[in-house]
Amino acid sequence: MSDAASTTRHIPNRLDSPLRGALLSWPSLLLVVAVILFVVNSFASPYFLSPWSLSDATFNFTEKAIIALAMALLIVSGEIDLSVASIIALASTAMGMALQFGIDTPGLVLIGIGTGLICGMFNGLLVTGLGLPSIVVTIGTLSFFRGLSFMVLGDQAFKGYPESFAYFGQGYVWWVVSFEFVLFLALAVLFYVVLHRTNFGRHVFVIGNNSIAARFSGVRVERVKFLLFCLTGLMSGIASVLLTSRLASTRPSIALGWELEVVTMVVLGGVAILGGAGTIQGVVLAAFIMGLVTFGLGLLNVPGIVMSIFIGALLIFVIALPIVFRMVRERRT
Amino acid sequence: MKSLLRARELWLAVIIVAMVTAINFRAPGFAAPANLAGILNDTSILIILALGQMAVILTRCIDLSVASNLALSGMIVALVNAAYPEVPVQLLMILAVGCGLVFGAFNGVLVWLLGIPAIVVTLGTLTIYRGLIFLIAGGQWVNADQLSEDFVQFTRIEMLGLPLLSWYAVLAAALFFVVMTRTSLGRSIYAIGVNPVASVYAGINVGRTTFVAFCISGMLSGFCGYLWVSRYVIGSVEVAKGYELTVVAACVIGGISIAGGVGTFAGAILGALFLGVINSALPVINISPFWQMAISGAAIIMAVVLNARGEKRGNRIILRQTGEPS
Repeated sequence: MSDAASTTRHIPNRLDSPLRGALLSWPSLLLVVAVILFVVNSFASPYFLSPWSLSDATFNFTEKAIIALAMALLIVSGEIDLSVASIIALASTAMGMALQFGIDTPGLVLIGIGTGLICGMFNGLLVTGLGLPSIVVTIGTLSFFRGLSFMVLGDQAFKGYPESFAYFGQGYVWWVVSFEFVLFLALAVLFYVVLHRTNFGRHVFVIGNNSIAARFSGVRVERVKFLLFCLTGLMSGIASVLLTSRLASTRPSIALGWELEVVTMVVLGGVAILGGAGTIQGVVLAAFIMGLVTFGLGLLNVPGIVMSIFIGALLIFVIALPIVFRMVRERRT
Repeated sequence: MKSLLRARELWLAVIIVAMVTAINFRAPGFAAPANLAGILNDTSILIILALGQMAVILTRCIDLSVASNLALSGMIVALVNAAYPEVPVQLLMILAVGCGLVFGAFNGVLVWLLGIPAIVVTLGTLTIYRGLIFLIAGGQWVNADQLSEDFVQFTRIEMLGLPLLSWYAVLAAALFFVVMTRTSLGRSIYAIGVNPVASVYAGINVGRTTFVAFCISGMLSGFCGYLWVSRYVIGSVEVAKGYELTVVAACVIGGISIAGGVGTFAGAILGALFLGVINSALPVINISPFWQMAISGAAIIMAVVLNARGEKRGNRIILRQTGEPS
């Protein structure tokens, strides 16, 4: 109680609990893990510490991390969107179709991002307008959006994107610093401000902790959730532009299975899967950790499928650890 | 309430019959008994998996690891069969069920004893189990010529006009029906989904019952591992990849509420059959198989919208009225 009295200026992200201390230090724990991984990697492979290979390492997680930023907000509010990877596929297909009509780079980008936004609105409408559980709705749209992409493309692919379009996924802003990476950092700062420094962010937390109380307090629960779905769709659209530009082609199987990696990133970042708690710092660090793990293991010639064992184990381990600690502590008292 | 639930399954059955009839006009012979038996056989694995998934969803959890569990168990029995062809198939079936049970129990223990949300646990084990396949098989495939004759035939032998594969589904459904409706375990699974707090007062161990539900799902997935490898005569890392979502889709279409406690075994079976009929109809009516994904996606969305009509109304109206100060 004395703790609560001393922090009258801040509303805590969640009620006091034995978990609180562990959760508050979550980003610092992640930082330690990231540093350890970095050091281990540089000892394990002589190629790791070159600026260019570090730059390459950022490419395999920035697109997912950009979606994870929005997904973090959505999960904090108690919802989830499993259709993000399918939105990438549909947005990429839309860009490919626009390309066939001779639309140039600015138009392509607009169409890609716009398609993402429309998909997000569709999800949001179903969840908030009709009051449906988001996990089922987005399993449905996961299949539907990618299905549309398969309907258009079948086993074909769109190719021949203009040269100027390649900049988004392959271009460098300065030396080894890629456009993708700069965009990710800028968005991370933006999302940090939105979640932790604005009324909107407070509303997201309140909804995640108790949506009924939020409604009684005058928070427009449905509208906030709808906006979060739109935001997630928008970020998936942006990720689609980056990925399509990087691969310079569109296939219906693009970004297959990414939804699970994005959710893993968010949960690893310390966002409570049941909603109500989480930080953007944590998600950003989790993105780096997953990037370091996959890239480090890649340098050691570990196949991708084996890396996924590490990622899956990391996810369970990282969540189980504080719970086991708490159980041990409770047993002692 | 009871009649409403019954009506939902009836509706789905009517839709499936209507679909079959309509397709029969475009492609005569689609509704012929032999073809329908073929569809049932093709859908058998999905039916068994949907039943297991249903037990988990009823307890307010979800098991996303079913497809990986299936593939891993399938790979294990395939490797054993390739290395020791003299081991009888019946023993391999038991081994598959056992493997599935272990993988399901691992999920269940994490959910039960550590209280980690099921979606996180099974998301993790989904990738872990899939990766383990690569490790134990060393990245190799088990091909048709490495599997013994018995191993391959044991899903194909015909009995009373149906292949054994279909009979396994019938058997699983019958067993499942008895467990869910005639035992205290089955009723407990429903009870903790409807109201976990009241279940505790009624003397039900909620955590342990959830654990058992995961074990059921795991056992059925493991068994399907054998069935899949035997039916498609291949064991590889890619087996049933992404199939977990199809299984959840079958449950959702069958009217099993993701919020727990609501759903019948007939619903799960009809949901699976609905997807099965669509799958086998597309090539017959000259629609590209590439449309299948979008169609089943649209079917899921429609099913959720329709299911929600009966479920949530009362709750929400009360909230709106008391929530607005005017």
